[in-house]
Amino acid sequence: MSDYKGVLVLAEVAQGKLAPIALELLGAGHGLAQQLGEQCSAALLGNGVTALAQEAIAYGADRVYVVDDPLLQDYQSDLYLAAMDKIITEASPQIVLLGQTSIGRDLAPRLAFRRQTGLSMDCVELSIDPETRLLLQTRPVYGGNARATFVSESRPQMATVRAKAMTPLERDASRQGEVVAVAAGLSPSMIRAKVVHRVKEEVEGIKLEDAQVIVGGGRGVGGPEAFKQLEELARILGGAVGASRPPCDSNWVPASLQIGLTGKVVTPELYIAIGISGASQHMAGCSGARNIVAINKNPEANIFNEASYGVVGDFRQVLPAFIAKVRELVGK
Amino acid sequence: MNMIVCVKQVPDPEAPPASFQVDAASGRMVIAPSVNPVISPFDEQAVEAALRLKDAHGGKITVLSLGKDAVPHVIKKPLAMGADELILLQDDALEGGDSWSTAFALAHAIKKIGQYDLIFCGRQAADWDAGQVGSGIAELLGVPSVTLARKVEVSDGKAVVERVVPDGYEVVEVSLPALITVSNELGEPRYPTLRGIMATKKIEPIVWTAADLGVEASQCGVAGRRTRLLKLFKPVKEGRCQLIQADSPAEAGEKLALKLREAKLL
Ligand SMILES: Cc1cc2nc3c(=O)[nH]c(=O)nc-3n(C[C@H](O)[C@H](O)[C@H](O)COP(=O)(O)OP(=O)(O)OC[C@H]3O[C@@H](n4cnc5c(N)ncnc54)[C@H](O)[C@@H]3O)c2cc1C
Ligand SMILES: Nc1ncnc2c1ncn2[C@@H]1O[C@H](COP(=O)(O)O)[C@@H](O)[C@H]1O
Repeated sequence: MSDYKGVLVLAEVAQGKLAPIALELLGAGHGLAQQLGEQCSAALLGNGVTALAQEAIAYGADRVYVVDDPLLQDYQSDLYLAAMDKIITEASPQIVLLGQTSIGRDLAPRLAFRRQTGLSMDCVELSIDPETRLLLQTRPVYGGNARATFVSESRPQMATVRAKAMTPLERDASRQGEVVAVAAGLSPSMIRAKVVHRVKEEVEGIKLEDAQVIVGGGRGVGGPEAFKQLEELARILGGAVGASRPPCDSNWVPASLQIGLTGKVVTPELYIAIGISGASQHMAGCSGARNIVAINKNPEANIFNEASYGVVGDFRQVLPAFIAKVRELVGK
Repeated sequence: MNMIVCVKQVPDPEAPPASFQVDAASGRMVIAPSVNPVISPFDEQAVEAALRLKDAHGGKITVLSLGKDAVPHVIKKPLAMGADELILLQDDALEGGDSWSTAFALAHAIKKIGQYDLIFCGRQAADWDAGQVGSGIAELLGVPSVTLARKVEVSDGKAVVERVVPDGYEVVEVSLPALITVSNELGEPRYPTLRGIMATKKIEPIVWTAADLGVEASQCGVAGRRTRLLKLFKPVKEGRCQLIQADSPAEAGEKLALKLREAKLL
């Protein structure tokens, strides 16, 4: 296994820039590579992305493997798979990291099975065991009720990493690195599953992932009308509205508002959970909030084990007075 | 149309958090006896996706499950919902595996079944939340995959799948045979009918062992793993919630706002 060296991270591109997850992975990859005394490389895939290679270097890559191809304009499983497979063959890394994103969730398992190697999805902690020098891969299991640390018995050691679990390095434009163009031999005939159409169901206002304040509603708010009140509160606080799964499943709000294990991961300063019981799968998406506040009529609800402030009561009676007072305090 | 759905039996993931403990000495999960075994929820939705296609086009649905501990009335639920056949992979040699060895055994079972147009899996099993067996099976069989489906239709020899993405969805066309993983956005799975439940009493599951699959012991179960569990633990919680006391709910609301102001959160 000594032929495998260094760390390779997939640097995802979004709207013509390195995505936040790319910077987080570069930060993590750089740290792991330093502990191993090896190099950190980035894989950069897309159309017209070569210019971003310097950016990846500024954020911690020693080398950037680029597949710049019009076919990679948008994510297509079969092509990204072929390109990443090619880069791994060329780079022969001992660790490969992808983000637990829409792309990573789809690509990482196929890639791992193609390379006949093990994979841990949705890691929240990564470190190097000082004795064995193996990658310790820690991830939530049982819906977030427990955490497990895995090691790989095959190479490369692969993991996907949850958004916001890792810290980017400071951008340093003076950092030096090498850019390697990889000919992946992609052709349209490789596409077996083809994205023919993309539909955006965008919600106005601040994106959940970026919001400093989130007002979350659960099944306990009873229906779509209550979300109007939640929106008002979010607006006063300059925040965004999120939800647990039931309001999304019942179409009270768009599915893109779902917070949790299988929804979005959010890390606001303040999360106000209204009519949410605090199931582990929900908390998996918001336990990184600095402060959780709960309004719930059941004093036994698990959310009170997670919150720092709470009101036991019917939100229909608590919320109007709360909103009025908040408006008065913040002057809006 | 021939469809195969992979389903896993898991402890009810919606049971209260306190029912899931870790035994520090053995480093194993200890699940409270009050927690019922269920079909992993996304797998029930995978069954539902197959049933909707069967309703529209006809065909046969084979349910495939690996695990020795399958409880008959639980694992037969997909049959009661309308699936046709149940194959259980039950063998000590297949136990204790990781995603790799599980997908390996399931892929071999699917090869043995032979005829298939679509394979359905859940997006992740609600015990270990690994999220990779579906894509793994597809890769091992060399068929294309579409993950996180919220809608599946079939026409002109291909499947048209709506795939959930963070800001909406994508429409993906895929040639058959293909593997599709299903997400909760697909909608509620149907309830078994009484007739369905009665009918399943007569259906005997087919049981296959590692030998029936013709797989090498070194690739299965514990021996075939590519990952090893080092440690299992409960995340630490601070759990110090300040509950607002007041004479009326409205007063509690006001006091909460004042409290948050005091804590500089507003
Ligand atoms: C594999 C898997 C993945 C999952 N992924 C996610 C995920 O990503 N995100 C997610 O959120 N869930 C997820 N779930 C579902 C999760 O397990 C819970 O079922 C869900 O989070 C519960 O949502 P809830 O708290 O809104 O509803 P409930 O659990 O029904 O709670 C409603 C709460 O509202 C309170 N209430 C009722 N009426 C009032 C009132 N008038 N005033 C105040 N309070 C009131 C009740 O006391 C209760 O605590 C997943 C489940 C599984 C199995
Ligand atoms: N033991 C099993 N038997 C049958 N299907 C399984 C098994 N384990 C996983 N699967 C299928 O693979 C999907 C993803 O599982 P996982 O990768 O373990 O999260 C599940 O939703 C099932 O459809």
